Amino acid sequence: MSLTPADTPQPTAISVRRKIPLSLIVGGLIVGLHLLAGILTILWTPYEPTAMVGGRLAEPSIAHWAGTDRLGRDLFTQILIGARIALEVGSGAVLVGAGIGITLGTLAAFATRTLDDVFAAAFDILIAFPTLLVAMLIVTASQTASLFTAVLAIGIAGSAIIARLTRILVKRVLSMDYIVAARVAGSSWPSIVFVHVLPNIWPTLIVNLALQFGLAAMAESSLSYLGLGAPPPNASWGRLLQEAQGTVYTAPFGAIAPGLALVTLVIGMNLLADGLRAFADPTRRRSR
Amino acid sequence: MSALLTIDRMSIAAGERQLVRNVSFSIAPGERLGLIGESGSGKSLTALALIGLLSDAMMATGSILLADTEVVGARERQLVALRGPVVATIFQEPLTALDPLMRVGRQIGEVVRRRMRHDCVSTSSQQVQARVLELLARVSIPDPERLARAYPHEISGGQRQRVAIAMALAWRPRLLIADEPTTALDVTTQADILKLIGQLVEEENMALLFISHDIPVVAAAVDRVAVLKQGELVEDGSVGEVLQAPNNGYTRSLIEAARTFDRALGRLF
Ligand SMILES: Nc1ncnc2c1ncn2[C@@H]1O[C@H](COP(=O)(O)OP(=O)(O)OP(=O)(O)O)[C@@H](O)[C@H]1O
Ligand SMILES: [Mg+2]
Repeated sequence: MSLTPADTPQPTAISVRRKIPLSLIVGGLIVGLHLLAGILTILWTPYEPTAMVGGRLAEPSIAHWAGTDRLGRDLFTQILIGARIALEVGSGAVLVGAGIGITLGTLAAFATRTLDDVFAAAFDILIAFPTLLVAMLIVTASQTASLFTAVLAIGIAGSAIIARLTRILVKRVLSMDYIVAARVAGSSWPSIVFVHVLPNIWPTLIVNLALQFGLAAMAESSLSYLGLGAPPPNASWGRLLQEAQGTVYTAPFGAIAPGLALVTLVIGMNLLADGLRAFADPTRRRSR
Repeated sequence: MSALLTIDRMSIAAGERQLVRNVSFSIAPGERLGLIGESGSGKSLTALALIGLLSDAMMATGSILLADTEVVGARERQLVALRGPVVATIFQEPLTALDPLMRVGRQIGEVVRRRMRHDCVSTSSQQVQARVLELLARVSIPDPERLARAYPHEISGGQRQRVAIAMALAWRPRLLIADEPTTALDVTTQADILKLIGQLVEEENMALLFISHDIPVVAAAVDRVAVLKQGELVEDGSVGEVLQAPNNGYTRSLIEAARTFDRALGRLF
């Protein structure tokens, strides 16, 4: 008996370096491109964004890659700046939403039965309202349409979704044996939250935060389209779309270009989210 | 010498339902007690109760004196102080008892670090790492360096249980609770793990509460046996006494069932 104990390590037992998922690469490239464009505008833009540099409603050309708007301003310049605004609002709103949502969701998961029920009901009610509607209400209530209020409004409006998700994820982790094992080994609750709970909900959370990022960028465009976002001269994609509305038949490019920019950013974020999902969770690495 | 653990008329209820009734037993320092009984008899609940980890839906009454601390009704802070230095637990299912997203070495390291802080020893990560490797070697894991870098799903069931034992050992507790530590393992691995637990308990002079429904396994691992039947203690005596001359019909039927089963397997005790 016991020639080789059944539990000596097998050579295959060590983690195999797995290739990076395609969605992560493509999503990363798309989002990276937007990021580069956004950062670039801090230092340099092809034209002065408010300067009338060409004919009005010019077709795309070598000089003006995306054509010009009603006032003869370079559209490509404005789209680049729009990328910066979308990324600023997206990351700001996700930070606000994650800060509020993760905190409330974790508290709810630890709360007593009745308090937890109150939390859960509150999250559900908030989620029942469209994010955009809540964001509009917040902007209207604050009576200032600025980049900052847009970030706050979209962040707060999206926080309920993150809170609800966090609550469920934390509850699931808390029911696991390794939490009991950690408690048996003398861990206190705060250390369990930071050492075991947050790392274990992180893979799922990060995916949803990336999705929220795309939604936030879209919400920002919607707010701007409605005149509730960043005021001019901030060239938000939503405002570009709104301005192009009147001339969409004569100069479709004014609407197509910012629309394309928005759609690619949202798709890029979704791909990134999907790629991250597989990458952030080591238990899934082998099975792919 | 006074007992390390004294359970006196302890009952556990979930709402109206009495799950454990009037259980009393004690464990002296260094003593090895086996707790047996069929599935659902309340063995695991008893173990959880004595470390103060019953779920909120359940209530323990009576008295559980662990290292001179009353566990029933104790505050979380008192309980945290007990868990580790006084009592450590090994669970039935080693996969779910390990954090799936943390490398094995770090999980043991967490316990080692807490122990060092508890002992007011300065903790450098090299020292922690060295101690982790030492513990892995202690539980007979070949190539500890490589195993420390693995995630729980990348190692075998037996290795996982050895890791869980290493974590329990990191504290060098006065009482080790093993709740069916070998049930999820195959027979050869079972024997290895049992031998390991027996050897470590002996070397570290720990008391052992060994929970199982497998009588031959218990008989080999402990000095004394207590038998639970539907939440009530029906027997408590030395292994010899209980197995040779059980004074309860239930115990007799358990032993008879085990004998029949063993004869079928060609194993004898
Ligand atoms: N959270 C709970 N709420 C209500 N009843 C429970 C709960 N957990 C366990 N029980 C009941 O308590 C009884 C004892 O459970 P326990 O887990 O202690 O059994 P056990 O002796 O360890 O069995 P096994 O050998 O299968 O592990 C069972 O009848 C079970 O249904
Ligand atoms: Mg059990």
